[in-house]
Amino acid sequence: MPLILTEEQAMLQEAADGFLADNAPIAHLRSLRDSRDPDGVSRDLWRAFGEMGFAGVIIPEAMGGLGLGAVEAGVIAESLGRTLTPSPFMGSSILSAKLLTDAGSQAQQAWLPRIAAGEAILALAVDEGAKHAPSRIATRAERSGNGFRLNGAKGFVLDGHIADALIVVARAEEGFTLFLVDPKAAGVQVERTVMVDSHNAARVTLTDVAVDADAVIGEVGGGEPVLGATLSLGRACAASTLTGAGDQAFKITLEYLRTRKQFGKLIGEFQALQHRAAHLFTELELTRAATLGALQAIDAGGDEADLAASVAKAKAGRVAELAVQEAVQMHGGVGMTDEFDVGLFMKRVRVLNELLGDAGFHAEQVARRQGF
Amino acid sequence: MTDLDAFRAETRAWLEANCPPEVRGPMRSEADMIWGGRDAVFATPGHKLWLERMGARGWTAPEWPAEYGGGGLSREEAKVLASELRRLKAQPALNSFGVWMLGPALLAFGTEEQKKRFLPEIVRGEIRWCQGYSEPGAGSDLAAIQTRAEDRGDHWIVNGQKIWTSYADKADWIFCLVRTDPDAPKHLGISFVLFDMRTPGVTTRPITLISGKSPFCETFFDDVRVEKENLVGTLNRGWDVAKHLLAHERTMIGAMGEVAGGRPVGQVALDAVGATEDGRLDEPMLRARIAELEVDQAAFRLAMERVGDQVKAKQAHPAIASMLKYYGSELNKRRHELLMASGGADALEWESERSHGGASARDWLRTKANSIEGGTSEIQLNIIAKHLLQLPGA
Repeated sequence: MPLILTEEQAMLQEAADGFLADNAPIAHLRSLRDSRDPDGVSRDLWRAFGEMGFAGVIIPEAMGGLGLGAVEAGVIAESLGRTLTPSPFMGSSILSAKLLTDAGSQAQQAWLPRIAAGEAILALAVDEGAKHAPSRIATRAERSGNGFRLNGAKGFVLDGHIADALIVVARAEEGFTLFLVDPKAAGVQVERTVMVDSHNAARVTLTDVAVDADAVIGEVGGGEPVLGATLSLGRACAASTLTGAGDQAFKITLEYLRTRKQFGKLIGEFQALQHRAAHLFTELELTRAATLGALQAIDAGGDEADLAASVAKAKAGRVAELAVQEAVQMHGGVGMTDEFDVGLFMKRVRVLNELLGDAGFHAEQVARRQGF
Repeated sequence: MTDLDAFRAETRAWLEANCPPEVRGPMRSEADMIWGGRDAVFATPGHKLWLERMGARGWTAPEWPAEYGGGGLSREEAKVLASELRRLKAQPALNSFGVWMLGPALLAFGTEEQKKRFLPEIVRGEIRWCQGYSEPGAGSDLAAIQTRAEDRGDHWIVNGQKIWTSYADKADWIFCLVRTDPDAPKHLGISFVLFDMRTPGVTTRPITLISGKSPFCETFFDDVRVEKENLVGTLNRGWDVAKHLLAHERTMIGAMGEVAGGRPVGQVALDAVGATEDGRLDEPMLRARIAELEVDQAAFRLAMERVGDQVKAKQAHPAIASMLKYYGSELNKRRHELLMASGGADALEWESERSHGGASARDWLRTKANSIEGGTSEIQLNIIAKHLLQLPGA
């Protein structure tokens, strides 16, 4: 498969870019932030996103989705990175939808049409400590009657405060197990955490939360492969969002280099800045290739998909970070002001970098897979 | 089974049957490189066989048209071939400036006669080519070349000096930039010509570099007769051909790290340093640096593949080769710094048999030229800033 978008994928990209530029530009993030919106996302926008088909991009057609693949999901994720739009796309349409599509029971899959329509929001609770470490889950699931009792604490749960259902990763006697949990159930405590980028996550505490056996997604103890495939898709999509955010910050900076005058010259005439811009351009092109490579590998379904996703997330994390740092530095003092958008990109990239494993975490995966 | 799957199966079977054991696995030293030519030297009989078999199939230039001896493969088929070659850890069947640089220029600018005459020889590795571009006063400012070609009716007489002509002492023919109109602005008086290195008046002298030995030469032309039929492209418009060729040269240098196909850095380090109980390289800082290199190498491989696909789909900017040249050569330098750090004292040996004549150290030193030859990294960044980013005054 050529490492470029097909005509259909390019059309989807145009549609997503157009929709977000019209309906949710950066001003949208600012207004949610400045009004201290209780949800932190616009439900109207999310339903409109659903009507466009974007919210159900990977959900099978029979379940009300578009039934498309990872590349298409990545295309939409990248658009969201350009506009910094807060949305339940990652938590609900990617991570939760992927888990339920792959492993959900018929009853559990009833959520899928509602996710696709932008009516229901689901959230995945996997992280526990400050750093992403999915192999070290401490949340416990103990057999109790015909079901389980869950105990533990989760953090960085995207959109957890507005989730209609939570998917919780816990350790049962048999191994990692996924549970569909009602956030209103007794013992579940959800605390909204507004993050540095004005997007939402939540801390979720589970104290003796009783769930029935039919809350288990897939097999008891069989959570690892299901979660693994979901995390790979999430990481590749996070890399796409990082690519979009990094690239947009770079575009804004290029425009500034072409128009800002100092010492009687356009600052873009200075070779010191030209070379840094050219280097950054090169790094962004590599990132784009790595990200598309990962998305295609996931769609192809080979053994290399996890490795490709780690390469993409590691590369995108480091490069987007460079892009936003250069953006602020090259803008000088104005880059530090809240009024200019580049600071918003810096904050968003910091969060995305941490999401589902930072560049160090993923370089570590690459080293292990290559056996050194 | 799709056509491509069928192609993969056939290719795999053919390679399994035809790739000699001597050319599987990393190269031990530069002596393993196959260059072909009239006076070809092969490390083993298997190396010779490998060139003959791959050349006969046109797979030394897989995407060139079959009518000129190429493999006639589609881009997708060529990718399959490359991945199957990687699977076997096969060494390149032919290293050739003819394949990497001259061939693409001939395909774009050559006459039908020139294509029919030169391309099949290049594919089979029968003629070894060198490149006459740089001169002592024309390095990064390449258009400043002074080598003169005077019109003598049916032929030219060429006088001047070239420098950094890689393997000129081993080459059979040269593709060369000469000034055919000294009065024209500097880009507009240059022509692109081909001639045999055995022509009277051609002399070469190797230049010793920091690596102790090197492929570079100085080349002198003293009243060298060049036939008019060996002009490629239009008279005085050789710069167009040169630019086209440079794009391929840049891609090739960028790909060096890949082509070289040495051992993975992590494995070299494991041998020298050892592993912890859980199998990790017992030198955490080095391990982290290698891991980051591996991420960048994987991303770079995909970027190369993507540019190839963009070229095929006519979506590529002509200056994109500068991006690959810049990143690839910097990456290759990084890789060799890490190979040296991984090899430790063993990698420092210069003359021992065990070190294959100091192969690691010499390769490391050689890579320092990557960001100078074919246009320095700074020149590539200038090109990116000007042509891809349209920065003012660039």
